[in-house]
Amino acid sequence: MPDLSPDGVLAELQPIFREALNSPKLTVTRKSNALNTPNWDSLAHIELIEMVERSFKVKFALGELQDLKEVGDLVDLVVEKAAKKG
Amino acid sequence: MLNFYACAVEDILMKRRSLRRELTSREGLQELRVAVLGGSTTEELVNFLELLLLAEGFQPVFHQSEYGRFYEDAVHDPQALIDFQPQVVYVHTSCLNIRKLPPLGSTEAELAGCVQAELARYREIWDALEKLGCQVIQNNFELPPHALLGNMDAVAAGGQSRFLMQLNVAFAQEAAGRSKLLVQDVHGISAHLGLRHWFDWPRYFSYKILLTAEANLELARSLNAMIRALYGKSRKVLVLDLDNTLWGGVIGDDGVEKIQIGRETPVAEAYTAFQEYCLALRNRGVLLAVCSKNNEDVAKSGFAHPSSILKFKDFSCFKANWEPKHENLLAIARELNLGVDSFVFIDDNPAERAIVEAQLPSVAVPEVGNDVSKYAQFIDQGRFFEPVSLSKEDLERAALYAGNSQRAEQATRFADYGEYLDSLEMTAEIDVFKPVYLERIAQLTNKTNQFNLTTRRYTLAEMEAAAKDRNTIGLYGRLTDRFGDNGLISIVLGRGEGRVLHMDLWLMSCRVLKREMENAMLDVLAERARARGLETIVGYYLPTAKNGMVADFYSRLGFSLAPAPPGLAAGATMWTLDLAAYTQQNTHIKVLEFAHA
Repeated sequence: MPDLSPDGVLAELQPIFREALNSPKLTVTRKSNALNTPNWDSLAHIELIEMVERSFKVKFALGELQDLKEVGDLVDLVVEKAAKKG
Repeated sequence: MLNFYACAVEDILMKRRSLRRELTSREGLQELRVAVLGGSTTEELVNFLELLLLAEGFQPVFHQSEYGRFYEDAVHDPQALIDFQPQVVYVHTSCLNIRKLPPLGSTEAELAGCVQAELARYREIWDALEKLGCQVIQNNFELPPHALLGNMDAVAAGGQSRFLMQLNVAFAQEAAGRSKLLVQDVHGISAHLGLRHWFDWPRYFSYKILLTAEANLELARSLNAMIRALYGKSRKVLVLDLDNTLWGGVIGDDGVEKIQIGRETPVAEAYTAFQEYCLALRNRGVLLAVCSKNNEDVAKSGFAHPSSILKFKDFSCFKANWEPKHENLLAIARELNLGVDSFVFIDDNPAERAIVEAQLPSVAVPEVGNDVSKYAQFIDQGRFFEPVSLSKEDLERAALYAGNSQRAEQATRFADYGEYLDSLEMTAEIDVFKPVYLERIAQLTNKTNQFNLTTRRYTLAEMEAAAKDRNTIGLYGRLTDRFGDNGLISIVLGRGEGRVLHMDLWLMSCRVLKREMENAMLDVLAERARARGLETIVGYYLPTAKNGMVADFYSRLGFSLAPAPPGLAAGATMWTLDLAAYTQQNTHIKVLEFAHA
C-alpha cells in the first residue's frame, strides 16, 4: 500500500517529474510550478499528468486539471482523489 | 526489452526516455524521415511511434505540422515539408476535422455531394504530397463520438455515422487508384479498442489531444506495421508448436485418436478454429512451419486425423524432434532461406517461448498464454504479417471459404431447393462406428435433444459395448460441404432380432437439418441391414418435451405406422419399413463408400 499522505505523495512524484521533465537530478517542492521549474512546458505537462494519473490510478476531471497551479495543488488533489477511491 | 506489440501504455510512459536512450544507442539503424500532418495534437502519438520504429531498427526523424494545419501545410504552404524531405507523410485527421457534415434532413444526393466535397479536399492534400515523391499514409475515420440519431445515425442520409462510413468507402476507392497512398483503418482500430476508450475529452479540451494514450499507442502500432511492410520487413513465417497449440492434448501420450480437434467438444472446436485461422493466413501467402518436440512420425500423424483442417502439405517446413526449439528455428530459417527476423513463433509453453525469446531476440514471440481460443487474437493484434498489397493470386485464394452466412445467402438464388442442395456439393462419410469416434458418438447421445427419436443416453463404455456387439448395426455420418466440414453429426444404432432390425437410436445434429442427410443415413442402413439378411426395420418415436420436430420422422422416410405393442410408453409410436421394397432416397449427397462391416 503506497503512502498516500501529502509527504508520501510528494516523494512518489519525484521520479515522475524527473522522467517527464527529463531532469534526472530535479527535486520539486510544493511551491514548484511551470515558471520556476526547467523543462516544464505544455508537452511535458501532458505527459506528467498522464503518468501521475496512471501511477496513482486516479483520473482528473477537466475542472481539476484547470485548477492545478503548482506541485502542492497536484499533491493535494492526488491525496483527495486517492482517499475517495479507497 | 519491452514487448512493444502487447505492452500497456504505463509500461512505456514511465520509462520512455530510458527506453529511447537504450534503443538509439544500437548500431546499424536505418534513417527514416516521417512527417506527421495532424488535425489535433500529435506529440504523444509521435513519441510512441518513435520508440516502436527504433525497436524495428529505424532511426526516425520527425517533422510535425503546426497544430491542426494538415491541409494548409500540405497544399498552400508546403515549403517546410519540402525542406524536410520526408520519406513517409502521415496525415492524421479525425471526424472532428470534417469541414461540412451533411445536414440532418439531407437527401441521398446531398449526402453524396458532401462526401465528394470532403474527398475533393483530401485529393488536394494527396496530390500535393505525392508530388514530393514520398509515401502517403492517410487514416480513414472512426465513427462519431455521439450518435445524434441513435441507430438511424448509420442509416439516414443526414446521419454522421452514415456520412463517415460513406467517406471511408470513398477513401478506399480512391486509394485503389493511387500507388503512393495507403489508408490506415482507424475505423477498425477504434472499433477494436472501443470508442469509449478512444476519445479523451478532458485532454481534448485541455490540450487538444483528441485521443487517449491507449488510442495513440494503437495508432502508433498500426503505423509501425505499415511502415515495416513498406520497407519489406513484414514477417513471413508462422512457426507453430503442435501439442496444445494446434490440437488439444499430447499426441505422443494420448495417441492421434485422443487429441482434441474437430467439432466434438468446445475445446476441439477452438483448436479447429485456430487451425482455420492458420490456414487462412497460409492462403494469403504466410508460410507455415512446425517446430515441435515430438517424434516426427507421431507429429505427422496428427495431420492425418480426419478432423484436422491443416494437412501436412500445408507446411513449408516441418521440424519435429527433441532438439532445442531455437536450434530448430535456425534450421527452418536455413531451409526456407529466410531470416529468423521474419518469424512469428507460437507455443503454449511459456518456457519454450522464453528460451526462443532469449536465444533469438529477433523472432517475434507473442505472449499467447495457453488458451487456444485467444491465440488468433494475439497474432492479429501483433500486426506481424501486415501486407501493403495483395497479389492476384492471394485474392483468388482468399475468396475460397466463408461459412454459413454465405450458404444462407446462396439458398435464395436457386430455382428450387434441390438445386440449392446440389450446389452445396455435399459429401457424406457414413460408416460403422470406429474407435476414434466413439467418444463423440456417446457424447452426441447425451447432448442431442431435438432431432432424437428415442433420447437414449449412452456412456462411452456402453457405446463401446454396443459397437462390439455382433447383433447391432451402428452407423455414424459426417457431412462436408463446399463451405466446410460439419463434423460427425448423425448416429443410427439398431439391434437385430431374427429378421428385424429394431432402432435403438436415431439422432442428428440440428446444424444439418434439411440436407437430406437422414435419407442418406437410411440408404446405408437399409443396405447394411439387407446384407445381413434382415427384412424389416422397426423404428420407435418416444416423445419428450423437446423432440416434437421428429414426431412424423419415420412417416417422412416411408415407414408405416404399426400397432403399438404392449409395453410401449404412452404417446410413443412404432413404425415399420419393408426392406424388400426399399429404394434409395438420397439424391443430393455424395456418399463415400467404405468396406462393408
